[in-house]
Amino acid sequence: MKRQEGALRLMMEQAQLGDATAYRTLLEQLSSLLRAYMRSKLTQMGRNVADAEDVVQEVLLAVHTRRDTYDPSEPFTPWLYAIARYKLIDHLRRSKMAHAEGPLDAAEAMSDGFDHTAVESGIDMEKLLATIPQHSQRVIRDVKLDGRSVAEAAAREGITEAAAKVRIHRGLKAMTVAIGGRLWREDR
Amino acid sequence: MKTADLINRLTVDLKPVDYRRASRALGLAFAAGSLAAVAAICLTLGLRPDLREPHALGFLLLKLVFAAGVAATAFLLLLRFARPGQARRSSNLVAALPFVGIVLLAALDLYVTPGAQWAALIAGHAWPKCLVIIPVMAAVPYALMVLALRWGAPTDLWRTGALAGLLAGGVSASAYALACGDDSLPFVACWYSSAILMCGLIGGMLGQRLLRW
Repeated sequence: MKRQEGALRLMMEQAQLGDATAYRTLLEQLSSLLRAYMRSKLTQMGRNVADAEDVVQEVLLAVHTRRDTYDPSEPFTPWLYAIARYKLIDHLRRSKMAHAEGPLDAAEAMSDGFDHTAVESGIDMEKLLATIPQHSQRVIRDVKLDGRSVAEAAAREGITEAAAKVRIHRGLKAMTVAIGGRLWREDR
Repeated sequence: MKTADLINRLTVDLKPVDYRRASRALGLAFAAGSLAAVAAICLTLGLRPDLREPHALGFLLLKLVFAAGVAATAFLLLLRFARPGQARRSSNLVAALPFVGIVLLAALDLYVTPGAQWAALIAGHAWPKCLVIIPVMAAVPYALMVLALRWGAPTDLWRTGALAGLLAGGVSASAYALACGDDSLPFVACWYSSAILMCGLIGGMLGQRLLRW
């Protein structure tokens, strides 16, 4: 990080003067730094790692629109990570609100981003399923393991499709939290 | 959208930027807010009539040093809080110095005064007026600071808002001092401080909503 600081700072100063080439290199390097940062933060918090790229883009956009708030006499990395943290918290707050208002979309997004292979390779699915409530277990088993449609699973449980989605969403979320720490360690 | 596409878009037609813009906006807002507060006091309450007397003038200066001191320290801190990554390195305790100073002076004053006169020293003539007018008149300077902060990128919204509130309260109290005829140190320490701190508290709470970007 220390070695990067000097180079990044120089590129930022050039970018502030209007040097597009330096700016492009800067943004490319920032995006890989930010990607690593967001992935580790999101896994640490047991959140959906698939969101990392969205947050990276939000930060790049913020770096762009607020690039004049960087004071060249100050170090660059604290400036960058203050924005990164701010946008990450913003993202977490908004995704929480989205869950409360529209659990259906969130359930879909969550199940799309759910990486079965990663789980099946290292973690016993049955043990993981056992950590969540039984009514969620049955629906997740139906839809995610046995390949039934959500409508079928809902009919078997005698509940609405929406309720089934909510159960899947909550269950997967709980499972993600349960494996979060482990996946994060494997990432490194 | 792919991140590479985003970078393409952002680097096309890159314009040079001036990093001093945020500080300049804050400075302008500070100046405009001060003018607005002084003008409002002159038009409504009017200057205190006894300004020729040395005693009155001395107390006016003391109030100004305190209230303007609060505004000035809040302004210096805001210059840092408006930029990401600088907030933590600044020592926020500076903002407390004017308050500590006035409270010490007031304590000293009470120490040398017989206890029977304390109540009169503290209550003064018009403490409710002081407590209402300072926060009300702080609204315009606060709004101007919040507008100016749009050119910055504050990441600690509560503290940034609270500093903007303290600044507005300090500006408003300085203007109120031009009209206020209550000349006692305990009065200033008690009611001016409370009014300004109230501005800081309200400013912090509003800031969390108003300063988002």
